[in-house]
This record gives sequence, structure tokens and C-alpha cells, in this order.
Amino acid sequence: MNMLPVVLPILIPLLFMILHLGIRRARIAGILGIAGSLLLLVSAVFIVLEVYRSGILSTVAGGWDAPFGISVVIDQMSALFLLVTSIIVVAISIFALNFPGKDRYLPKFYFFFFSLILGVNGAFITGDIFNLYVWFEVMLLSSFVLITLGFSKEQLQGGIKYMAMNLIGSLFFLAGIGLLYGKTGTLNMAHLAQILMDDDQSLLINSSAMLFFLAFGIKAAVFPLFFWLPASYHTANITVTSLFAGILTKVGVYALIRFFTLFFVQDPLFWHTHLFLIAGLTMLIGGMAATSKYETRQVLSYHIISQIGYMLMGLAIFTPLGVAGGIFFALHNMLAKTNTFVVAGLINRMRGTYSLKEVGGLFKESPLLAVLFIIPAFALAGIPPLSGFFAKFILIKAGFEGGHYLITGVALFVGLLTLYSMIKIWNEAFLKKMPEERQSASTVKVRLKMIDVLPSVILGTVTILMGIFASTVFDFTLQAAESLLDPVVYIESVMNGS
Amino acid sequence: MEILLAILVGVLYTAGVYMLLRRSILKFIIGIIFLSNATNLLVFLSAGIVPGNPAFLESTGNEISTYADPLPQALVLTAVVIGLGIVVYLLAVKYRFFNETGSDDLDQLKPTEKE
Repeated sequence: MNMLPVVLPILIPLLFMILHLGIRRARIAGILGIAGSLLLLVSAVFIVLEVYRSGILSTVAGGWDAPFGISVVIDQMSALFLLVTSIIVVAISIFALNFPGKDRYLPKFYFFFFSLILGVNGAFITGDIFNLYVWFEVMLLSSFVLITLGFSKEQLQGGIKYMAMNLIGSLFFLAGIGLLYGKTGTLNMAHLAQILMDDDQSLLINSSAMLFFLAFGIKAAVFPLFFWLPASYHTANITVTSLFAGILTKVGVYALIRFFTLFFVQDPLFWHTHLFLIAGLTMLIGGMAATSKYETRQVLSYHIISQIGYMLMGLAIFTPLGVAGGIFFALHNMLAKTNTFVVAGLINRMRGTYSLKEVGGLFKESPLLAVLFIIPAFALAGIPPLSGFFAKFILIKAGFEGGHYLITGVALFVGLLTLYSMIKIWNEAFLKKMPEERQSASTVKVRLKMIDVLPSVILGTVTILMGIFASTVFDFTLQAAESLLDPVVYIESVMNGS
Repeated sequence: MEILLAILVGVLYTAGVYMLLRRSILKFIIGIIFLSNATNLLVFLSAGIVPGNPAFLESTGNEISTYADPLPQALVLTAVVIGLGIVVYLLAVKYRFFNETGSDDLDQLKPTEKE
């Protein structure tokens, strides 16, 4: 396999980072940013087609054979995540054109935007655990800068909380790598899988597995480790929040799925019970907390947490159908979640507030916005024929087939909570009349331009398409899940080259 | 030597956690420095310590176990650089935060949790 297409997802962001270094004008930065995102999308589509046609793509950096060189591997799951990420990247690069204080911040925003994408894509394609750590740090440092960009007091406060928890997470990650290397003597994921496949000292491996679980759990914001997320996400600029909501936590989920299907499989009894417990509590606590909030971004932030639970549920069921459901859910959720945040940003632009109690009457004023909200909201709630319905349907079917009735019941119940919070936003923002004291205050009507709603239109269209072509997407995720649960092909293609 | 370093790792983790639990942001940053150094030492220890021998094999046919493993050292080198970058950024944010609020107290961060 030729090396170039495999590393395109990290080369393109790197190139555009360098290009953005020398730019001071906001307008040029914006055009260049959108161009870069589109290029990334094209390369992602190419990679997905290539993986669909010829299976796992892999190469090694530096000319050293695996397991000594750093492997770069794109399997079906990586390809799908790359594709969805690049769709979000395109939408956000357009959405960012309205960045507040844009003359000053926009070139900087795009620089760190691309370095974030560099880290995210790097994490998706690497086949080496230490390299994954480095990509996580790239992603983390850029996200630190992005979350505090603007330097208001609130952003700094949220930023410090975000940093505190995530730094501790990456220290767990590094400690886990150290211990795992001490036990196995390798860092290559495929090689690790080969060594650990017939290992019977599950107790010793569990200690590193737990360190990795903590590290990725903090990134993914699972139940006992999620407190940084609702404390910080709503403080950042809405462009940044939309980007983070869609992509960052799912990188944690991606890493969890990768690690716990590829090589931490020695002690299924302990880990699957543990994952079920965490998944159920994550769904339930996140969903319940969301119902109690009245600030759009906070409702949606708690929702991110609740939906992470579904993805973990897919992993915990551990059948091809379950894991496929988890991946499908993650992909659907990335798109829909980003979209809801984008719409929240648009509501804020029209009304100047995120508090649900102070907005209202938007249905009359902007029916288009209402439609744009209802697509991701219904998708999240799981109304057919949108993508979320199929995602939940697959998970619940897998749950019943595996005989996991309790978690399936919880998943169905949390679905109701999701629907409730979405209806709450719908009622408060769109249906109810505008509160009277606000009516007199806001005489100036803000009209949304085409370019403002374009990101939401793009994301909404993809959500609808994912619902219509659900069987095609599902086939591909099932393929991904099958290759994850039976990693012989993965190990083969990395260790022997292809 | 390994045991001595293992104890040092433990002490550093303890000190780091203690510092994390303080209210001052500066002490929090010092805590992060302790923790990250402890983790670096842990990674360094993971291959065992081979004193007085080179890291690379020669063609003379000596036992492999007598050579030092270069990989953890390379990993630690990378991790140290990353840790340095993070600490520098944290200090910059702390400086900015102090300019904005005039305070070094983590309890001042409460407002973002509110409704």
C-alpha cells in the first residue's frame, strides 16, 4: 500500500496549520480554512472508498517494520470516524466565520482548529499506543487554547476546570503505557493483541487496563468522571463548544472501543459487568441532569454525557451487532450533537441569550430555524426515519438478543428523558410566546443570512441521509464491528504489511 | 536502585495529589509537575535499570539482557517535552486569570457551575 493516502488525514491539517501561521486578515483565513476542510473531506471520502474496496490500510513510519516502526492503520472503524469528523470540520469551519472579535481571533482560531483536527485524526489512524498518547496531547493542548480563546473571566474559569481533569487523565494514560510496556515489551497495538491473546495473567493486565479506562473515561466523560464537561463546555465560545461536543468526547469512546476489543479481552466477566454498570449510570445521570437545566448549552452538555452511555453499552454487549450499534450511535451522535449546538448558537444570535426562560416565539419568526432544530433533536430522541432511531434500534435489539434486559430497559427509559429535554427546548424556544419584558427590550430583529444557517443545513442533511441509507451505513459498521471482534485480519495486515 | 526509585515515585505521587487538593492555582500547577515527573519516572522504570551498559546491541554476541532498553528513555524524553509545554501553558493561563480576577483561589471558580 502506498504510504501517502494513509497519512493524508494528518498531512492536510498540518499543511493548513502552517499556512495559517502567516495570515493576519480574517477574510483570507476564513476562505483558507474552508478550503482546507473541504480538502480533508475529499481525502476522507477517498479513504472510506478505499477501505470499503480493499480492507484495512496500513503502513509504517520511518521505514522500520512493525512492531518497531510506528504503525499507521486505517480499518473500517477509523475510516468511518474520519469521514464523520471531516463532515463536522467542514460545517464548523463555515460556522466559525461569525466568531466574535473575528478580526483579531479568526486566524488564531483556524490555526488551533487545524491542530486540533491533526490530533483527532492522528488518534484515529495510529496503531501505536505511545503515538496515540502524543496525538491526545496535541489534541488536548489545542483544545486548551480554543476553550480559553477570547480570554473572558468565565472562559478562563471553565478552561482551568477543563485542563485540570484532562491533564490528570493524560497522566493516567502515560502511567498505563509505562506499566503495559513493562509487562509486554511492546507498544504496537497489533503486536500487543498478539501477545495478550493467549495470556492468562489477567490480574496483572487489568491494572494497566484500568489506568487506560480511567484515562479514556475522563476524555469520554463517563459517569463518575464527567464533572469537568458540564462545568466548562458552556463557558467557551459556541463555535468551539460545537466542535468539542461533536468530536472530542468521541475520541475517548473510539479509544475505549479500540483498546477493549483489540487487546484488553482477557477478563470479559469483570470488564463487561463494569462497562454495563458505567454505561447505565452514565446514561441515567446525564439524562436526569439534563432535564433539570434551563440553559440551552447546559442541557445539551449533560446530553453529551447521557449519549456516551449508549456507545459504552454497545461496547459492553460485545456482540458484532452491539459493537456495530455503538459505532453507529457514535457517528449519528457526532453529527446531531454538533448540529444542536450550532442551532443553539443561532438562537443566541437572534435573541442574545442562552437561557430558555428568556427566549420564545422563534417558530413564528424563523420557521427555517425551527426545522433545522427539529432534525437533530428528533434524531437524538430517536424518531424514525432519522439516524438516531436506527442507532437506538440496533442497540436495543442487540441488548435483547444478548439477554441484557436491565440495561436495555434503562436505555429505553433514558430515551424518554432525551425526548423530554428536546421537547423542553422546543417548547421554550420555539412554541411559547416571547416573554413580555424581553419583547420591549429587543426591538432590533436579527435576520439570519444563508451563510449562517449553512453549517446546520449540511449537518441536518447528512443526518437525514444517514437515516435514509441506514442499511448501507449499518452494513459498513457491522463490517467494522466484525473486524474489531475478530482482530486476526487487523493483526495480520499490520504485522506482515500489505 | 529500582526499589529506591519506586519509593521516590510513590512519594512524588503522594506529594502531587496533596498539592492538587490545595485551593491555590499555583499549588495545583506544582502538583501537576510532581505527578507528571512521577509518571515519567514510572515509565522510565518500566524496562528495568541496566547500569553501565550501552543501549544498542553490538555484533559481539553478548546477552541481550545486559543491554539497556532505549525505548522507555525515548518515551520519557517525549513525555518530558510535552509536560514542559503543558506547564508553560498552565502558567500563562494562571497569569491571565490572576490579571482578570486578582485571585489565586480555586474556590473563586464556582460561578460556572450555576444554572
